[in-house]
Order: sequence, then C-alpha cells, then structure tokens
Amino acid sequence: MAEIALHGEEHGHPTGLTRWLFTTNHKDIGTLYLCFSLLMFFIGGSFALVVRAELFQPGLQFVSATTFTQMTTLHALVMIFGAIMPSFVGLANWMVPIMIGAPDMALPRLNNWSFWILPFAFVMLLSTWAMPGGPPTSGWTLYPPNSLQTGMAFPFVIFAIHLMGISSVMGAINIVTTIFNMRAPGMTWSRLPLFVWSWLITGFLLIGAMPVLAGAVTMLLTDKYFGTSFFSAAGGGDPVMFQHVFWFFGHPEVYIMILPAFGIVSQIVPTFSRKPLFGYHSMVYAICAIAFLSFVVWAHHMFTVGMPLAGELFFMYSTILIAVPTGVKVFNWIATMWRGSLTFETPMLWALAFIVLFTIGGFSGLMLGLAPVDFQYQDTYFVVAHFHYVLVTGALFAIVAAVYYWLPKWTGHMYDERLGKIHFWISAIFVNVLFFPQHFLGLAGMPRRIPDYAVQYAEWNMISSIGAFVFGFAQLLFLYNLIRAVRGRGPRATAQVWEGAHGLEWTLPSPPPYHSFTEPPKIDDAQAHS
Amino acid sequence: MTPAADNRRFARKLAIVALAMIAFSFLLVPLYRVYCVVTGSNDATVRRIAYGDAVKQQVDTSRWVTVEFVATTSGTLPWEFRPETPRLKVHPGDMVLTRFRARNIGNRAIVGQATFNITPGEAAGHFHKIECFCFSHQPLGPGEAKDMPLQFQVDPKLPADISTLTLAYTFFEVPGTQTDDEPGASKPA
Repeated sequence: MAEIALHGEEHGHPTGLTRWLFTTNHKDIGTLYLCFSLLMFFIGGSFALVVRAELFQPGLQFVSATTFTQMTTLHALVMIFGAIMPSFVGLANWMVPIMIGAPDMALPRLNNWSFWILPFAFVMLLSTWAMPGGPPTSGWTLYPPNSLQTGMAFPFVIFAIHLMGISSVMGAINIVTTIFNMRAPGMTWSRLPLFVWSWLITGFLLIGAMPVLAGAVTMLLTDKYFGTSFFSAAGGGDPVMFQHVFWFFGHPEVYIMILPAFGIVSQIVPTFSRKPLFGYHSMVYAICAIAFLSFVVWAHHMFTVGMPLAGELFFMYSTILIAVPTGVKVFNWIATMWRGSLTFETPMLWALAFIVLFTIGGFSGLMLGLAPVDFQYQDTYFVVAHFHYVLVTGALFAIVAAVYYWLPKWTGHMYDERLGKIHFWISAIFVNVLFFPQHFLGLAGMPRRIPDYAVQYAEWNMISSIGAFVFGFAQLLFLYNLIRAVRGRGPRATAQVWEGAHGLEWTLPSPPPYHSFTEPPKIDDAQAHS
Repeated sequence: MTPAADNRRFARKLAIVALAMIAFSFLLVPLYRVYCVVTGSNDATVRRIAYGDAVKQQVDTSRWVTVEFVATTSGTLPWEFRPETPRLKVHPGDMVLTRFRARNIGNRAIVGQATFNITPGEAAGHFHKIECFCFSHQPLGPGEAKDMPLQFQVDPKLPADISTLTLAYTFFEVPGTQTDDEPGASKPA
C-alpha cells in the first residue's frame, strides 16, 4: 500500500489513517475493498471450519446444534456480502477506470461512502454473537417463521443487511455511471474490455435486485415488531410469499456473484493464450441474456413448496435455458485457447480451474433445475455441493486469479510464482476433496444444515472435513504471497507485466501513478479487445 | 454541462430505479395474491356461498368423493383440536355438515383463528363453504371446549380425476390478543 503513495503526484495527498478514511481515489478505495474482503474471507472461512470440524464425525463434539446453525448462517452472510461481493467491487474500483481510460470513478465522494458503510455493517452483524440468543439459526435465506424467532440480534441483522444493500447499490450506481460517462475517446461499446462489460451488467443487476432484498427484510422486521402479517398465516399472510420475494432478489444475486468472474476469466485466458478473445460479441450477448433470464427463474429454488404444474414447467424451462448462454461462454473460452501459444502462469492456472470446476457446478445446477428430480435433491448436501462449486471454484477462484493477474500492476512487484503455483495446486486438489464428496452425501439423502447425521454418512463427511482444513489453511500461503508483493519483496514488474496482455491498464507503469489518465488516452483498434 | 454534473444526473436516475425496486418489492405482496387466485394456490379460490345457492345444485349420486380432514395447531398454541370424523364419503352436490372440536388446555383465554388448505390445489375452486368456524375468531377461556361446525358442498363440476380431497385446518393465536410475554423474547437455547 505504501508503494502507491511513493508514486503519487508532486503536490501530495493525505497520509496515515486520514488518507484511508477520507480518500476519494479509486485505487485507494479499491485497495480498501480488497483488504476488507480478504479479512472477511478469513472470518467467514473460520466459521466454515467450525462447521466442518463438527461434521468430522457423527454426534455433537464441539458446538451445540444452535451454534452450528448460527455458524452456517453467518458463514454464508459473511462470505456473500463480506467476501465475494466487496472483492468484486474492489476489483471494479481498481480496474474499471484504468481499463476505460478514466481519471477516477464518476462519483468519488459516494465511492468513499459505499466502502466505509461496510465495516459498520459487519461489526453490527458479527456483534450478534455477543447478544442473548445469538445470530439467526435460519440460514442466510432468513425464511420465516424460523428467522422471526431470533432473539434481540434480529434487528441488528436486518439493519446490517440494509447497510450492505445500500453500500452495494451505491457502488453499482457509481460503476455504471463511470462506464457510461467516463470512457476515454475511442473507447466505444464494442471496444470495452470484457471485465468492464460484465461489471456494467452486474451493476444493473445490483440496482434491480438488492432493493428487493431490502423490502423483504423490512417486511420481516415489521412482522416481528410492528404487528404486520406479511408472512404470518395467523394474520392472513403467507410464509411462502417470503420465499418468492427473497428469491426474486436471490437469483439475480447469484449472477451478481458470477458475472464479474466471467469477465475476469475473459481477460486472463486471452492474455496467456496470446490470442484475442474468441467471440467477443457473443460473450457480451451471453452476459446480457444470463442477466435477463436471472430475473425470471427464481422459483426453481422452491420447486417443492407446492406450485401449480404450469409454474414448475415455466421455471424449469427458463432455468435450463440459462445453460445456452453459459455454454456459449465456456465454448468461447476454450476456442480462445485453441491453437493459442499457451503458458501456465498462476493466474492462468486459476482461470483454467475456474472453467473446469465452474462447469461441474453448472452441471449439478442443471440437475437441480429439473423440477421432478429436484424433489429428491431439495435441501440436501447435493445443493451445498452445487453452490460451493459455483461460488468457491467459480467466483472465488476467479477472484484469486484476478488478484494474481493484476497484483504486479497494483504493487509494482511480482508475487512468488513458485509459491503461487503451490497455492494453486493445494487449493485445486483439496477444494475437490472438500466439495466433491458432498454430491454423494446429498444423493444419499443427507440434509443440509444439520450438526449431526446418521452413521452411513460418516466416511464422506470425514473426507470432506479433511479437504476443508487443508484448503482453508492453504489460503495462508496466498496471504503470505500477497504481503510479500505489497512489501516490494519480489522482482520489479514492467508496465506490460504479462507478455500477451492487451488493454489500457498495461500502458500505465506498475504501480500506476496515484492519479492516472488525467489526460484521456486515445484508443484505436490495436489496443481494443484485450 | 460539466462532466461532474452530468455524472450526478445519471447517478440520480439510477438511484430512482433502485427506489422504484423497493416499491416493487412491496408491490409483490398484492401480485402474489393475484397469482394465488389465478393458480388456485393457497386456496384463494375457495368460495363461501349462501345456503340458498347451495341447495340449487344437482346432487350427482353416481359419484363418490372422499373428503379427509386434518386439524393441527401452530407452534405453541395450547389447544387440542381434532375433527369429529377423520374422513367422509360424499356425493358431489351433497350439503354436508360436520364438526371439529377444540379445547383450550392452557391457563389463559386465547382468541384463535383457523387457516385452511385444500389439496390438490385444482380442487380448491370446486369446494364451497356454506358455514365454517374459520370465518370468524374463536375465543376459548382456560379449559373451555367447543364444537365448531363446518358445512360444505363439493361442486358437481369437480374434475373427474379427483376422487380424494384433503382439507387441512391450522389454528393460530390471533396476533395482538396475546396476554403473556413477547414471543421470541425467551428463545430455547
């Protein structure tokens, strides 16, 4: 971090704590977002390790059943809203302005606000551990009536979710405005790097979906404290309606967590294949199609609530339809590599693992999307395996790939390539040891969110827990490698960094000056389509 | 216009979209009701009809339909609640009278309200209630018991492939009529 300051402008900028508190610089705010999400990743990860430790053997060993379900709830909330989403916003803050040739984000003051809301939200969320009764036991979906039985932590959880929502909507407004208004001359829509495209669409999804979550949790709040009956059958409401409103947000939310990952992989694969991205336009159309479809598939999360047959069929067909644009994207990535001159530096390894493992997660998603068979898989470990394949080996792997890819640009120093590869191979192997057996557990009927289980599930649970601990502690290698580069211990990075890299960000020195592109660059076809 | 003002204008438009989506989330509540009526979910299509209209229906003596009754109470409501008979065989068009019995085994007066559900959902539009205890609040003093009537009619236009209907009632405590502590204030550990 200190490195960025050294290369700042002559007239200087605040240093010390106030620099970070009052900063309106997109690079500083990007760094804050990334550091915050790394911290949350380790906190959320430690909750997951408590869960896996408890599931190592049948019976209750370490925590009570209540604490266990509270762990699963906070693991999900912290990972989704604290680790994955802010890290994508951090990457957007750092990279979008320098990829489109803008001097900064469109609304720098708002940018500062959207970050600094987050620490307050998460202090509030995590402080629920200290409250009587503790955090909700309902899981992150907060279904009533279970979530309404939370003790005095309930309003704190709701307000924390409100703050996270406000933060990400403000961030999204900022990013969309930046992409619309701040592009350098010649940076036409069809020359926009894919990461920027994916974030543009993600921004619209955030603006469309997050307010619906705010509405849903507000209804929960008024049901509990102000005598309304949105979800209480006694007063004429319906708990199933919560599921509809929640998943109307919830399904776009899962694409909010994967579209930027698609963008990242679409940057990295061409770089290390030394070829332009195959099918640029179809990539953009595919992202738009996925984003549109994400708003009309929500009820596939609730096939078993008792829907009319027409509803089951509609949501099943629209869900399966998403496989088409997703298939287009996977095809294009593979076609980009076809006859390319490939090298396998750490970012490329993570991106390749993303393509393979995310596709496995997509296949289990297809299985879950078929209404008749979903009656078997609903609420089993098969679902857990599915969404961890798309979120851990999907979203998280892409984020790690992006960090390795752009870290030399941010810090001006190369990370340790050997250590990066060791980190990759341990992670890639043990993440499968961790999550693949959960498919078997789910198909055999093990339910989600249970602290104890029948003995026939013992072996696979033990293997899964071993995978979890190795995968979890391997991330300390990542932390070490990051700190090493930030402290300037690696060899100096060139402006180009990667031989095959294209795009505006690689025309700036590494690290880029504190204020970049104050004079807008001119973009021609040679620089476009990184 | 300066670029900064331009950015602010554009951001304001996006913020309006976000606010509109909050409004939309509340609009989903009446939309859900419409959805229930259209699809017959949640028994929004069960009709309450007048006695005079019900007697005009032709009784279809060629056909038998089994109506099963399920009676439950929600969560912590200290009531016993069961049907007089677990199932009845009726002809479509018959006017049928049956009873449910509820007893308050708690030590305080409670006002209850029953909600109902019919399976399969397609049958809901063909199940008519003439008189039902679920139409009104049911107060029960401590230890008090009550027989509660249900008069219904299965419409002769009930689809031919449906031979069994399940009618489920759940009694809830009416919110706001509570006399003891806040629910949820003491949570079992």
